[in-house]
Amino acid sequence: MTFTTFIQHCLTGISLGGAYALIAIGYTMVYGILLLINFAHADIFMMAGYFMIFAMSSLPWFISIPVVIIVTIALGLAVEGAAYRPLRMAPRMSIMISAIGMSYLLQNLAIYLFSALPRAYPTIEPLKQNFKIGEVSASLVTFLTPVLTIVLVVLLMQLIKRTKIGMAMRAVSRDYDTSKLMGIKINRVIRFTFIIGSALAAIGSILYFTDRMSVTPFSGLMPGLKCFVAAVLGGIGSIPGAVIGGFFIGISETFLIAFGYSTFSDAFTFLLLIVILVIRPTGLLGETITEKV
Amino acid sequence: MNKQEANRKIVLQTEDLTMQFGGVVAVDHLTASVYEGEIVALIGPNGAGKTTAFNVITGVYTPTNGRVRLFGDVIAENKPRGKMKELYKGEDADAYSNRIVLKPHQITKLRVARTFQNIRLFKALSVFENVLIAHHTNLKAGVLRAAFHLNGHEEKMMAERSMELLRIVGLDHLADEISNNLPYGMQRRLEIARALATEPKLLLLDEPAAGMNPQETLDLMDFIGEIKDQFKLTIFMIEHHMNLVMGISDRIYVIDFGKQIAVGTPAEIQNNEAVINAYLGVAE
Amino acid sequence: MKKDFSKATRLILSLMAMVGIFFLLFWLEGQKSQYGMLISVMQKGVILSIAAVSMNLLTGFTGLFSLGQAGFMAIGAYVTGILTIPVDRVDSVYYVNGMSEGLKSFKETLAVLPSPVLVALALIAGGLVAAIFAGLVGIPVLRLKSDYLAIATLGFAEIIRAVIASPQLDKITNGSYGIKAIPGFDLGNGRGMLLIPFGVAFLCIGLIVLLIKSSYGRAFKAIREDDIAAEAMGIGLFKHKQLSFIISSFFTAISGGLLAMFMRSIESRAFQIILTYDILLIVVIGGIGSITGSVVGAFLVTFAKEWWLRFFDTPLTINGVQIPLLRQGFRMVVFSVLLMAIVLFYRKGLLGNTEFSWYGFLTWPSRFFKRKKPVSATPGEGGAGDE
Ligand SMILES: Nc1ncnc2c1ncn2[C@@H]1O[C@H](COP(=O)(O)OP(=O)(O)OP(=O)(O)O)[C@@H](O)[C@H]1O
Ligand SMILES: [Mg+2]
Repeated sequence: MTFTTFIQHCLTGISLGGAYALIAIGYTMVYGILLLINFAHADIFMMAGYFMIFAMSSLPWFISIPVVIIVTIALGLAVEGAAYRPLRMAPRMSIMISAIGMSYLLQNLAIYLFSALPRAYPTIEPLKQNFKIGEVSASLVTFLTPVLTIVLVVLLMQLIKRTKIGMAMRAVSRDYDTSKLMGIKINRVIRFTFIIGSALAAIGSILYFTDRMSVTPFSGLMPGLKCFVAAVLGGIGSIPGAVIGGFFIGISETFLIAFGYSTFSDAFTFLLLIVILVIRPTGLLGETITEKV
Repeated sequence: MNKQEANRKIVLQTEDLTMQFGGVVAVDHLTASVYEGEIVALIGPNGAGKTTAFNVITGVYTPTNGRVRLFGDVIAENKPRGKMKELYKGEDADAYSNRIVLKPHQITKLRVARTFQNIRLFKALSVFENVLIAHHTNLKAGVLRAAFHLNGHEEKMMAERSMELLRIVGLDHLADEISNNLPYGMQRRLEIARALATEPKLLLLDEPAAGMNPQETLDLMDFIGEIKDQFKLTIFMIEHHMNLVMGISDRIYVIDFGKQIAVGTPAEIQNNEAVINAYLGVAE
Repeated sequence: MKKDFSKATRLILSLMAMVGIFFLLFWLEGQKSQYGMLISVMQKGVILSIAAVSMNLLTGFTGLFSLGQAGFMAIGAYVTGILTIPVDRVDSVYYVNGMSEGLKSFKETLAVLPSPVLVALALIAGGLVAAIFAGLVGIPVLRLKSDYLAIATLGFAEIIRAVIASPQLDKITNGSYGIKAIPGFDLGNGRGMLLIPFGVAFLCIGLIVLLIKSSYGRAFKAIREDDIAAEAMGIGLFKHKQLSFIISSFFTAISGGLLAMFMRSIESRAFQIILTYDILLIVVIGGIGSITGSVVGAFLVTFAKEWWLRFFDTPLTINGVQIPLLRQGFRMVVFSVLLMAIVLFYRKGLLGNTEFSWYGFLTWPSRFFKRKKPVSATPGEGGAGDE
């Protein structure tokens, strides 16, 4: 592997990692508050891909993007309202099954509405512009993704640190019951979490699919699982952790494929998951807590 | 009392037992012993660390420092390690060196059984099954023998003993009832029956009278005395009902903020100033 | 005391039902040209019922939410497939890379066995390989709490699939080309297409029921109800979870082996997460914690999906009016909506955690017409409780 190809792969990996990081934030925030793996998050991301296809068929890209973000947020809120809110008091297993059921529903809905065949993802011209730095060439989206990811994460962190709703989010994720007793409107906090998660998933989806050029109803599945692993790797509940995890998985996946182990690239992620869960279940940036008996 | 202690075997002994959650020291250098055949009470205000002490003794938590012995054998021992080293507030950080942690089920097999403050029955199962399951720990048949139901005699014995225990706690007429449907007081009795089914020598009761009315509490007092004699038990008990504690305990340990503040007979404790202050919340 | 028939009555009723089912299956087999669809749906239903019951052993009885079913089914399917392909078809199936010499000569030695014995051995071998895998996988993952366990087992299933499809195993699993020419259900006289899968299912589910009714099964349920209390009662969590996981994986793999024989040709793509979700759907519809529920659910879901609701997927025009909504994919949308409806509004599924009982079954009509609050079917397996 020459230096140039090495750099090339690094760029690709970082770019993929940025998209993963944005999706992983959605998982980590929901898990932090509801203690729930939002299995449907991956399919919301997939649906955002289809929304873009339809938006771009009649609108210019700079209008399509906000439209897609808004529609994706609406979908996220609908999922929350339909599948999770009615089960707040239900046993853990029911909520988990509901999450899986929602994912299954969105996938089947996508097959029904858009067919199982891949659909071409529209090209957003400015994102596809090619840049050349020395020997290395890449499209704008490759450079933009990590930068945008970092900017969004910094903004999000500020939001959580400084605003009232951000404070409420931190309180709920620390102690759900006490926050409720203190008068925090839990449902509002949860809705807000889903809004942010879905918006980031929409942006992540644009960055991710622009590089991949087609969407299928199963496009969300693997990236979704990987992003969940990224969230666990970073320490579930921790936003910077999710970002680190996302980049780590994006880069390692790219290199595994570069070295010819593409069949194992998915398997690698899960191996990583199991290793983390066994060695350090709280992830890189998570805290240890002892369950009260 | 002293004469008695001298020739009695020590069943349970804790040495400098400390349990710290982050900065919170829930149990602080607790050194206590329980002798064979005694009923010992552990009392203290809410949040004093009583339940935590039980949880460490039964292996639910790993202590951050100190040692627990059962019939002389060490079942738990630890010293502050890793991050805990910085957080640890005591001085004797290196007095204990080994790290011995038995799992709760291993400790149960050493003849210690317990009940829980926040009743933890197998809710969806019947009263009878709750007790029957507790016999599993002493099961001799392996999984294949059991799965092919070749241990009929053993099963029959377990079922008979379970019914017997239910008779003793007065729940035999409710054997087929779902345990979650029982009234509170009965659930507490069922927990005791279930604990007895593991054939313990030491029984730990965490607030057995909580939620009971005065009459039920009185009945419970007699009942604890009866099972103690019948099953040759040693009893270590957390309780807030002072009538019950003073009525049946041989000795009482009082802790506050994790620290032992007094130990003695009921009469001694009743007149102890530190105890009265702790309960009345007078600043030290 | 719960109302029920005497033990002898129940036994006689069960025996009669079994003989009845046997003759029904036997008769159906003879009419395969006429009832082809029915037979094939029954085959698939009974095969999935083993997987569903195995999943229920974990999820419903031990409280372990594992999503590794597809992976263990893949193991069973591949082991069974590889061991049962006729030796003379090996070269045509492994036409790209060939089969490894060692495996081939092993198969040649096995070829002396009569085919039903070979099939039985192959199914058991698949189960054992899966059980060994489960034992190894269980060491790290069974320590994890609920959702982490779910995602880790799901991950393992995916790893298994990746390994099966990997080029490194070309000479054993035929990599991404899959395995073809797997013999179907045949007792040698053109019979067995129903009797074999039903017989195997009867054995497997019977064994699982026996296990659940034993002291170990009760220990599993204790873990499900409250793991901390179970441990305090002397039940070793790891040992019992591991046991349940291994046994469940063993039977899941047998179901996978039967599925391979049913499909005749398999490839790793058939064992994706979707397959696990399908089984989960069955378990949820039947009732988490009900063996009977899983069996009924397996047939109901398979019949509906593969047969009754097929028309959902074909556009339909009546009197020149196109009926809306009906087209490819609608069936699965209906199914997922159904799953969500059950999860949200009818969490118990068909049978909750109760089991079939003759008393409940035969007295159901009268209770129904009396309009009393129905006495629930015997709350399952009371163990020694049903003296
Ligand atoms: N797992 C845990 N993590 C963090 N803190 C804990 C944990 N378990 C107990 N504590 C803390 O330790 C202290 C002692 O609690 P514990 O339950 O032992 O009190 P207690 O004496 O049993 O009180 P009560 O009479 O109310 O039952 C409390 O401040 C409690 O919040
Ligand atoms: Mg307590």
